[in-house]
Amino acid sequence: MSEGTVLYGVPVVESVGQVVLHPRVDQWLEIVSALKADGFCMAIDLTAVDYSAHPGRTNLPEDVDPERFEVVASFINHADGGRRVRLRVQVPEGDPSLPSLFNIFPGTEAMEREVWDLLGVAFEGHPDHTRILMPEDWIGHPLRRDFPMGRIPVQFKDSPAAQ
Amino acid sequence: MSDMATSGLDDAPSSVSDSAERIFRRDETSAVLRLSETEAAALAGNPDDPPTGDSADQRMILNMGPSHPSTHGVLRLILEMEGETVLRSKPVIGYLHTGMEKTAEDLTYLQGPTNVTRMDYAAPLFSELAFSMAVEQLLGIEVPPRATWIRMLMCELNRAASHLLFQATNGMDLGAVSMMIYGWREREEVLRFFEKVTGLRMNHNYIRPGGVAADLPDGWQEDIRRLLELIPPRLDEYDKLLTGQPIFRKRLQGVGVLTPAEALALSTTGPILRSTGYAWDLRRDQPYLAYDEVEFDVIVGTHGDAFDRYAIRLNEIRESLRIVEQIIDLMPDGDYRTQDKKVTPPPRARINESMEALIHHFKIFTEGFHVPEGETYVAVESPRGELGCYIVSDGGPKPYRMHIRGPSFVNLQTLPHLMEGGLIADGVAVVSSVDPIMGEVDR
Repeated sequence: MSEGTVLYGVPVVESVGQVVLHPRVDQWLEIVSALKADGFCMAIDLTAVDYSAHPGRTNLPEDVDPERFEVVASFINHADGGRRVRLRVQVPEGDPSLPSLFNIFPGTEAMEREVWDLLGVAFEGHPDHTRILMPEDWIGHPLRRDFPMGRIPVQFKDSPAAQ
Repeated sequence: MSDMATSGLDDAPSSVSDSAERIFRRDETSAVLRLSETEAAALAGNPDDPPTGDSADQRMILNMGPSHPSTHGVLRLILEMEGETVLRSKPVIGYLHTGMEKTAEDLTYLQGPTNVTRMDYAAPLFSELAFSMAVEQLLGIEVPPRATWIRMLMCELNRAASHLLFQATNGMDLGAVSMMIYGWREREEVLRFFEKVTGLRMNHNYIRPGGVAADLPDGWQEDIRRLLELIPPRLDEYDKLLTGQPIFRKRLQGVGVLTPAEALALSTTGPILRSTGYAWDLRRDQPYLAYDEVEFDVIVGTHGDAFDRYAIRLNEIRESLRIVEQIIDLMPDGDYRTQDKKVTPPPRARINESMEALIHHFKIFTEGFHVPEGETYVAVESPRGELGCYIVSDGGPKPYRMHIRGPSFVNLQTLPHLMEGGLIADGVAVVSSVDPIMGEVDR
């Protein structure tokens, strides 16, 4: 599949042999419904990436503008030996939200909660839009690149600071 | 107990009423209790001041876990009960969350397996395998045939060990306490072999990008043959002890029933999906490693109940041992890791002679090897279902983003639907039959 190919009305690229579709936010529900009607019977995975520390991505099709967040969902068609497609949708930093897939694939409920919890991308129409892994009163979204990594400072015995 | 649980079935075979409608409910009729922890705590009320009034007020919010012997670690369930019947429920997770996906962004690709191996601690080699295969795909390297077959051998033994652990805990949850000891005993035999090969009983860090950490020790065939002689008769003992046992069957049959359509809607994979009679196993349907060169059967159930999930796992041990037996004869000779100098450190002897070898060694262990920019998703069939690894590389020596699709995490969503309308005692059987590993759920 070469650069510039279109499938379901959205640009398609191939990433190490895997089919990757790049819909816009407003095409999200439509294209997932179309995939389901086409025999993609299971939403196998849904996650997101914060690209703020890696702005110069080269693997996007020409007509897709990179945004800070990208929600990545994988779907599988069990017919004819199993086919997979992956959707990568660009979600802007100013309005990090996407319609929930619950009404099409209820199995994404926990995955969408995880993405909201860890990356702060909201899912409109999600039946239980709460944190799932972090405590309820946690502030911030840990998998965002600007969320600092927790560390335990090591105090060396002979360092000047220890004296 | 089984009368209660089968009442929802109307005696129809699961294939007739195969609709996933009940999964799509989002209002208060749903099996999922969609309350936040604060709301649940407010409703839970004061035990010293029990509710009074008509039957509508007899509903009770009950908290089970996170520290409960039947929750396999730190799973917490908020249950809405009417008498002893579970109406709605919600699994509350995160008690074991240590931010492993965040940690992975700070570890080189060579250090990565030490991190992911701690996710599913009952089947650590599968997370290592998914991670390594994803990295290899981005690097565009092929692992030597011997490495592939060693990976397959170790993974199938790991599947057997994981399912033996399930037999132990499932037996104990249902009151067959001696089963706990038996399952643990057989698993220990497998772990002993792992210790001999990898140096560790668990969290092996054995499968690494480029191959495996060490070759199999001399005489491994004898160790495997010993396991193949030892374990199958013990599995027949399990059959005598549990499979045909009327009390055990009554506790499991018709409990926690799922139909194929419901399982698909909930993104369920592994033994839970196969228990509904839906034959889907990545080893057969999207073969990776060399699974297309060995013979094995995909075990499926018919009723989608807790008993089928038990029986599938028991028979999957037999199938895994069948694969292992074939591997003894098919194991090729050769390298156990790729000789690509950018990925694999040079042998010790070369470092003493060659400046380039020394530099390579130093670079691999300090900076790490660089992986070309790109992203990939690789899935393997773990004992609990599809274990996927999604890696984004920005061209540096550490993953830009590493995501693990944990089968336990996704399969846990079936719990409220499996428990709906059943007794709380059946809830224990249901949790046990889903076999979640909390390390992988929380990551």
